[in-house]
Amino acid sequence: MKKVKADPKGVLTGAHYLDGDFAIAEGALAAGCRFFAGYPITPSTETAERFAERIPYVGGVFIQMEDEIASVAALIGASWAGVKSMTVTSGPGFSLMMENIGLAAMMEVPIVIANVQRGGPSTGLPTLTGQADMMQVRWGSHGDYEIIALSPDSPQECFDLTIKAFNLSEMYRVPTFLMTDECVGHMHEKVVIPPADEIEVIERKWYEGPKDKYRPYKPDKDLVPFMVKAGDGYRFHTTGLTHDERGYPIINAECQDWCVRHINDKIRKNAHKIIEYREEETDGAEVVVVSYGITSRVAVKAIQEARKAGIKVGTLRLITVWPFPEERIRELAKKIKAFVVPEINLGQIRREVERCAFGQAPAIGVPHCGGWVHDPNDILKAIKEAAR
Amino acid sequence: MREEDRLEERNPMEEFLRMDRIPHIWCPGCGIGTVVSSFASALRKSNINLDKVAIVSGIGCTGRVAGYVRLDSFHTTHGRPIPFATGLKLGNPELKVVVFSGDGDIVGIGGNHFIHAARRNMDILVICVNNFNYAMTGGQVAATTPIQANLSTAPYGNYEYPFNLPYLADACGATYVARWTALHLRRVTKSIQEALAKKGFSFIEVITPCVTLYARRNRLGDGLNLLKYYYENSDIQHGADTRTLDISYQGKIIVGKFIDREKPTFLECMNTHLKKVLGDKYQPYGE
Repeated sequence: MKKVKADPKGVLTGAHYLDGDFAIAEGALAAGCRFFAGYPITPSTETAERFAERIPYVGGVFIQMEDEIASVAALIGASWAGVKSMTVTSGPGFSLMMENIGLAAMMEVPIVIANVQRGGPSTGLPTLTGQADMMQVRWGSHGDYEIIALSPDSPQECFDLTIKAFNLSEMYRVPTFLMTDECVGHMHEKVVIPPADEIEVIERKWYEGPKDKYRPYKPDKDLVPFMVKAGDGYRFHTTGLTHDERGYPIINAECQDWCVRHINDKIRKNAHKIIEYREEETDGAEVVVVSYGITSRVAVKAIQEARKAGIKVGTLRLITVWPFPEERIRELAKKIKAFVVPEINLGQIRREVERCAFGQAPAIGVPHCGGWVHDPNDILKAIKEAAR
Repeated sequence: MREEDRLEERNPMEEFLRMDRIPHIWCPGCGIGTVVSSFASALRKSNINLDKVAIVSGIGCTGRVAGYVRLDSFHTTHGRPIPFATGLKLGNPELKVVVFSGDGDIVGIGGNHFIHAARRNMDILVICVNNFNYAMTGGQVAATTPIQANLSTAPYGNYEYPFNLPYLADACGATYVARWTALHLRRVTKSIQEALAKKGFSFIEVITPCVTLYARRNRLGDGLNLLKYYYENSDIQHGADTRTLDISYQGKIIVGKFIDREKPTFLECMNTHLKKVLGDKYQPYGE
């Protein structure tokens, strides 16, 4: 793992007025992403459009693939060639991506996927917001695997967290997701892009030992194996089948145990280094509002009103939704009356909070099926109920 | 055993194979290994830097090829080796990327990727081993199964029209299209050699015997019987109109090199076009 300064070619330094989707494309270019394979889908298409417009001046490839299955397959191929790669999508496209997300997890390939969420299921609400893919991103492909998912609440965070997503993806050789939504994606705000030398970019751990000793899946001290590029003479093998350290398929329960534990452990055992959240006024709080993405901004109004009414409300805003801050929830659960979890779905993260609270404090959901953000009064009502 | 006999037992293609993975999983009489041998011969004859050749397979019997070949080798998901190869090639344009997979993988589940990669003239070579059925899963009907052939999911015989693969590749814009059978070892080798030297989307179909499933279920005998069928029924017609290349059950198989044309690749088109439109501001890629 090597920390470097961003390549100035991709960095559009200055203050801009951008929507979240555009900010993702700028974040990707600043992070050093030089390959984008995607398929148009509302409300994420603007990221692809921006990348297609900008990449000829930076040096790299934009390719519009035949579908989202192909898009993720192409990202994995390009990443093995050593190029940072990304795509964006929304609900239906995200469903198609699941197959190769599993391949990326199994092959341990860094790729970044942004999901600008819309209302589902199925075609649902193409142009209106939702946050109902939060469990799909965690569990959508078959089998046991871990991923990293971040949730920005503004165009500025779309920029910042896209860079962070690339850095985490490279650091842990894992598919990493930016789980935004239609509101943030289409919201225009000021986005400040710093000078290239102020942007820290992390490169994956390249192997530098003797060629015949290279093992693509031999865990290093931090559990993350070293990587090489196709074309560098290592003649390595990699597969979506259960494999050993050499990347060779071994079809038995023992190897399955080693292989599957490895891809999970490298995230679980490093979770404390990955997890990021913003916490405010949780000391002495009776109620803690757990939120992420656009909903955390809507919740601000309700929290202000509740505080005016004398309720001690703390907030925990998830920056990394996955891995989930289990320990922090567990600690808070011992000290507070209840959690309130507003989200634009029927309680996906609420259930996760409830699980981590171990029965020490209830998790009161504020569900919403999508199409629009919450009425802050609904969140306020839940906070009042929680404080009772 | 005498020492000199032991030496003779070494596989002549050892330098191209992952010998630590041999024996392979293919059945006796299967034609996939034959095509792998031809591929290895073609690599040897091409005198190509093997460090710069990558092989990508999908899922199925032929999907296992990537695991036995000593190159940068990628065993991907079912039907997706072509888009994977697309990313690999675009990520490092100096690589020669070969997709080696079966008919079910490439034109069944992966048909959409196949037609689009050919349309874009993606600079990859696709070797499609066609054994007329889904063999890894136990012999089910495929998009290439001749009408009348019996398979486990066509227990009363197949009544769907099969693909004519060279016609499909031709129509989608492939720059090199050939078809052979597992009997035509040297011709397969030569075709692979030619295709390796070519830029653009190249496609080679090789008809191979599936003794365990296709042949047994249809009472066509063993590997030798199938090779005999190829011997008696294949007809070399270079440059044949690809529309005429349908394969009927135990009927004539027209083989040969049908298409060999020059056309700029995806990356060449991208660079030429963007240079023209954007001038000096354009940052050429992979040239």
